[in-house]
Amino acid sequence: MYKVRLWSVRHSRFMERLYNTANPGILLVLKGVTKIFGKRLDRPITAMEAGVKGFLFDCQMCGDCALSKTGMSCPMNCPKTLRNGPCGGVRANGMCEVKPDMNCVWVLAWDGASRMKNGDAIQNNEFAVDHREKGTSTWLKLARDEKTTDE
Amino acid sequence: MNKHDIDVERVGTNPGDPLVSLPGHVSHGRFERVLRAGNFAVTTEIAPPDSSDPDEVLKRASLFDGYVDAINATDGSGGNCHMSSLAVCAILTRVGYSPILQISCRDRNRISIQGDTLGAAALGVCNVLSLTGDDVGAGDHPEAKPVFDLDSISLTKTLRVLRDESRFLSGRKLDLAPKIFIGSTINPFVPPQHSRVNQLAKKINAGAEYIQSQYCFDIPVLKDFMKRAVDMGLTENCYILIGVGVLPSARTASWMRENVPGVHIPDEIINRLKSADKPLREGRNICVELMQEIKEIPGVAGLHVMAYRQEKWVGDVVKSSGVLAGRTPWSPDHSETTIGLVS
Repeated sequence: MYKVRLWSVRHSRFMERLYNTANPGILLVLKGVTKIFGKRLDRPITAMEAGVKGFLFDCQMCGDCALSKTGMSCPMNCPKTLRNGPCGGVRANGMCEVKPDMNCVWVLAWDGASRMKNGDAIQNNEFAVDHREKGTSTWLKLARDEKTTDE
Repeated sequence: MNKHDIDVERVGTNPGDPLVSLPGHVSHGRFERVLRAGNFAVTTEIAPPDSSDPDEVLKRASLFDGYVDAINATDGSGGNCHMSSLAVCAILTRVGYSPILQISCRDRNRISIQGDTLGAAALGVCNVLSLTGDDVGAGDHPEAKPVFDLDSISLTKTLRVLRDESRFLSGRKLDLAPKIFIGSTINPFVPPQHSRVNQLAKKINAGAEYIQSQYCFDIPVLKDFMKRAVDMGLTENCYILIGVGVLPSARTASWMRENVPGVHIPDEIINRLKSADKPLREGRNICVELMQEIKEIPGVAGLHVMAYRQEKWVGDVVKSSGVLAGRTPWSPDHSETTIGLVS
C-alpha cells in the first residue's frame, strides 16, 4: 500500500529499531522451524514474509532484501528497479520520472536513510540483483545462513 | 623525432589505427590523453541518424572538426529509436575520431552489454559511458519492454571487471581485456540535490574515471555541488565534465523542461530567451556565458556540449567561449576517408 509505504519511510528510524529488536527473535524461531520441518514450511513462511513486508513496504519479493540499506524504501518499486538510485530523471518536485504520481523511491530512500542510525549503508554500492532469487524468502536465507549480508 | 614520426606517434599511420597507450593510461584513446595531460576538454554528442547511411554519420561528426576532443554516440536517447551507438562509434573510429560509446541499461541485459563492450573495444572504441537511460515511456516505442537488468553503478562496476580483472561477471576469463576509459553521468540539478554528491562518490567508487553531467543552466547549484565534490576529494581521481546546451527559443526551452527527463532550466534563462530580439543568437550567447563561467569553477575538467538539432553551432559556441585556450583538437583529413558511398 502506497500510503503505508510512505509512512514506513517517514518512520525509518522507528522501523530500523523495530527490525533490530524483532529480528534476532524471528531468526531464532525460523532457525528452529527449519531445523525441525526442513523445507516443508518454506511456502507459508515465504507467504508470511511477502504479506508483512508487502503491507509495510510494498515489497516485491526480489529475494535480496536491501531495505535496511535503502532508508526503508524498497528499491524494487522504482520503475527502473535501480539498486543504486536515484536516476537523473527525478522531477523538480521529487516525483518519479516514469510515474509522475509516485514519489521517487530513491529520493525517499536517501531521506529515510538520513534518519537511521546505520543510514550510511546507503553510501555503499549494491550490485544488481540475481533474478533467479525473485519470489524467494530473504528471512529463510538468513535463517539458513545462506545470505551473509544483513537484511 | 622528426615531424612525421611525431604525427605517427600521435595519430598512428592510419587514422583508424589504435594509438600507443601511454604509461598510466587505461586506454589508448585520445580523449583520455587530453584529460590526463591536464587540458580543459570539450566533448559533444552526435545525433545518430534514422538511416543506414554511414556517410550521414561522418557528415554529422565533421561539423565538430577542430572543436571537440570526443564525440558521444547516444544510445536511443529519450527512448527513441536511432542507429545504434555501437555502430556510430565503429564508423567514427575508422577515420580516427575518438567516440564515447554510451551504454544505457534500458535496452540490454548484462549478457548483451558485456558482449557489446568487447565488440566496441575490438572496433577501436576507447571510451564508454554508462547511463541508466530514460524510460521507454518517454520515447517513440512506449509499448517496449524496459530491461534495466543493471543500473548505471552496477554497469560501471561490470566494465571495471571486464577491463581490470579480464573476466566476465560469471568469472569466465577473457583472452584480451577491453582497454576502455570508463565514465558515467551525474545530474546535480534535480532532487535529492543534497545527496547528489554522495551519488557521485558512489559512481567513482564503482569505477567511473570521468563524469559527464546533465545540462547545467544553474551556476549557483553547480558551484555548491562542485565545492562539495572538491572538499570530498572526488575530483582527484575523476575528471568532471559539465553539460551545457544551446537553446534555440523560449518555447523549446519550456518544452524541454516539461518533457525531457532531468532537465532543469531556471525561469531567468527562459525569460531571457523570451525577451530577446534574436532568440537563436541569445541561446548561443547564454551557452557561451555558461561555458566561460563553468570553466572557472574549481574541479571542472571540461565541458560537454549538447546541441540537439543545433549541432552546426557547436563549433561556433566553443570558439566564441575561448574555453580551448587556443588548442585545436585533432580531426581527420576527410579527403582520405573511404567509408560508405563515395559522394
